[in-house]
Amino acid sequence: MTSSLTGFVRALRIAGVPVSTAETIDASHTLRLIGWSDRSNLKEALGAVLAKSAEAKALHDRVFDMYFSPQPTGDVHISLQQAAAQVGVDDIRFASQESFYVRQMLSALGIEKLEAQLLERMEESSPEAQAEAQALYAQREHLTAQARAWVAQRFELFGKPATENFMTEVAVRRPLGRMGPQDMQRMKAAVTRMAKRLAQKHSQRQRIRMAGRIDLRRTLKANAGHDGVPFDLHFKHRRRDKPRLVVVCDVSGSVVAHVRFVLLFLYALQGAVADVRSFTFSHRLFDVSAPLAQLPFEDAMNLILKEVGGGATDYGQAWLDLQQLHADCIDKRTTLLVLGDGRSNQTDPRLDIFAQLADRAKRVVWLCNEPPVRWGSGDSCMLQYRPLCSHLTHCATAADLDRAIDEALGAYA
Amino acid sequence: MRSAPASALNTTLAPAVASAGLASIDAITEALASVGYISTRAISTSVFLAHHLCKPVLIEGPAGVGKTDLAVSLAKAMDWALLRMPCYEGLDDSKALYEWKYGKQLLYTQILKEKIGLLIDGADNLQQAVGKLTGFQDLFFSREFLEPRPLLQAMEQTGGSILLIDEVDKSEESFEALLLEVLADYQVTIPEIGTIQAQVPPLVILTSNNTRELGDALKRRCLHLHLGFPDANLERRILQARVPDLSEQLLAQLVTFVQSLRLENVRKPPSIAESVDWARALLLLHADSLDEHWVLETLNVLLKRETDIQEMQGRLAPLTQAAVAATPGARG
Repeated sequence: MTSSLTGFVRALRIAGVPVSTAETIDASHTLRLIGWSDRSNLKEALGAVLAKSAEAKALHDRVFDMYFSPQPTGDVHISLQQAAAQVGVDDIRFASQESFYVRQMLSALGIEKLEAQLLERMEESSPEAQAEAQALYAQREHLTAQARAWVAQRFELFGKPATENFMTEVAVRRPLGRMGPQDMQRMKAAVTRMAKRLAQKHSQRQRIRMAGRIDLRRTLKANAGHDGVPFDLHFKHRRRDKPRLVVVCDVSGSVVAHVRFVLLFLYALQGAVADVRSFTFSHRLFDVSAPLAQLPFEDAMNLILKEVGGGATDYGQAWLDLQQLHADCIDKRTTLLVLGDGRSNQTDPRLDIFAQLADRAKRVVWLCNEPPVRWGSGDSCMLQYRPLCSHLTHCATAADLDRAIDEALGAYA
Repeated sequence: MRSAPASALNTTLAPAVASAGLASIDAITEALASVGYISTRAISTSVFLAHHLCKPVLIEGPAGVGKTDLAVSLAKAMDWALLRMPCYEGLDDSKALYEWKYGKQLLYTQILKEKIGLLIDGADNLQQAVGKLTGFQDLFFSREFLEPRPLLQAMEQTGGSILLIDEVDKSEESFEALLLEVLADYQVTIPEIGTIQAQVPPLVILTSNNTRELGDALKRRCLHLHLGFPDANLERRILQARVPDLSEQLLAQLVTFVQSLRLENVRKPPSIAESVDWARALLLLHADSLDEHWVLETLNVLLKRETDIQEMQGRLAPLTQAAVAATPGARG
């Protein structure tokens, strides 16, 4: 039974539940305690031991249902199981390997003998032989179907999640502009995960002990009972600012390929980082914090694109709007995060207003989707904006975006 | 199926206190029900495993779904001591593990100062005097001057006990490291004295509201239990256990209403604690059936945020009507 536990743990790891060896040992103790007889008890028990978060629990339950799916008992099932173990079906990685493994399993089950028999009977012309051939054929079909179902289930467990993870890994590093709508679903999961990790990383440690600086007043007070002899030392603390982000995002025609993914990131960030104000603009600036926070992503995106998207960019107008209407959301603790290509359609980039905004904010981080060689070409004002930014970087992929926002939040340490 | 006695699982640590209430998963459910805690299979299984594998349980979930209450009810059901340690920012070893009784030590020093003449009487030189004093050296760092805090107290229990480490996510990461020794080996190391091993390993329950992600090291050492909002059936049973005077009709309406309120877009959905409070409030007001007026009057029991209350006020009528309509409880 150890092999079925290790197989289960392997399937869990492939699905993305981090299970350690120590936890596997715990699981084997659990099995001995609980036994295999009650399926739902076993599921709860293994869930408690192996899955250590709500997400992991959901994955665990799914893998459990698949791995320990109720099997028909009987000789056929056992020989299927043996055949599968013999040819190593659990090593399957790609969907294209399925028929190979099915054939291997059938060979292991001795299909050749059955097929030879079948051929023999088919060549005879007597009606009994034909009937026998038909029965054999049906038997062969039945066996094939069972082997196929087995392999498909194992692929679902061991192959598919691994392939999915690999594809996501690739997608995260692919330039956002080159992604199609079919990547949306995959990116959504990846980006949500990224944003959550960011939020976790930056929500911790809000108080830092100032090394060695004693808070005299609190120390004296605490030690009054000891005749003023300072047994209990109290140190001074410095409060760390909570990250505050104001995101201004260009959604005009020139960056249209990026917009969906940038909005996706904003959406995930809105859910994860507490204090985020999001604005989008093409010719005018719109506050999109409310739709991003309240609507499901698809609705929020469609609304934003309909309201704001696709127009001609006017950076100057956006800065003016931001200053006149929303100046109160930028203070000395705020990081102003700009996402855009800095192409202002020959209009005035209003460097003066941008400089004032930059002055008010703690930092200005500009993430430009164009590579540095194209900054300053044509109507790009990137080079003029550059000296006003605390940090300006080329940001083409989701991984870049993740790193840049990590850096922006890291400034609050 | 191989069966091994539970004690053979873990040679160093075995539940020394065998309790009939913890003998099986169903026994736990029953024991908890006897003190008014309606347990689910997931909860009972976790408690069962925690006891027999000697592992702490980490319970995560929103506020008010009965995380802390589980520990309290377990202690009551098993008739065990409950040691409670609330966590907060800045919690350190002197508040969680042990502290030296400085004041007492100071007092002893002064006594010693006065009596020192007597003690080193007859010593001819410094070396002899020091030699005589060496015998008293450990006096200041002995058990007598040790103030045990909850974690150490739990190690010193001679009967079964429950150690509740409440809202562990409120403490700092460094505190988690402090917990590891206690949670994994059930021991506390005091440099001056040595290692104190638990006489009877306590059943440890940690709760977290998930305000921050706990470290992997801590999670690995715990069993994990996620408590969410209950479904209608479970909530009905909980309310029945907690507010037994509630009429059948009001109970059904109340559960339907609360369940649908949770589906609304509110920032802080009402949890079980709130629905129990609400049921008590309605009982106190002698409401025999849900109507919009009562709901409006008592909404602040269910929703704890002003914005939620304001937002929901306009939408109460359809929810109330739906709850009343869905339960044709007026059978008589």
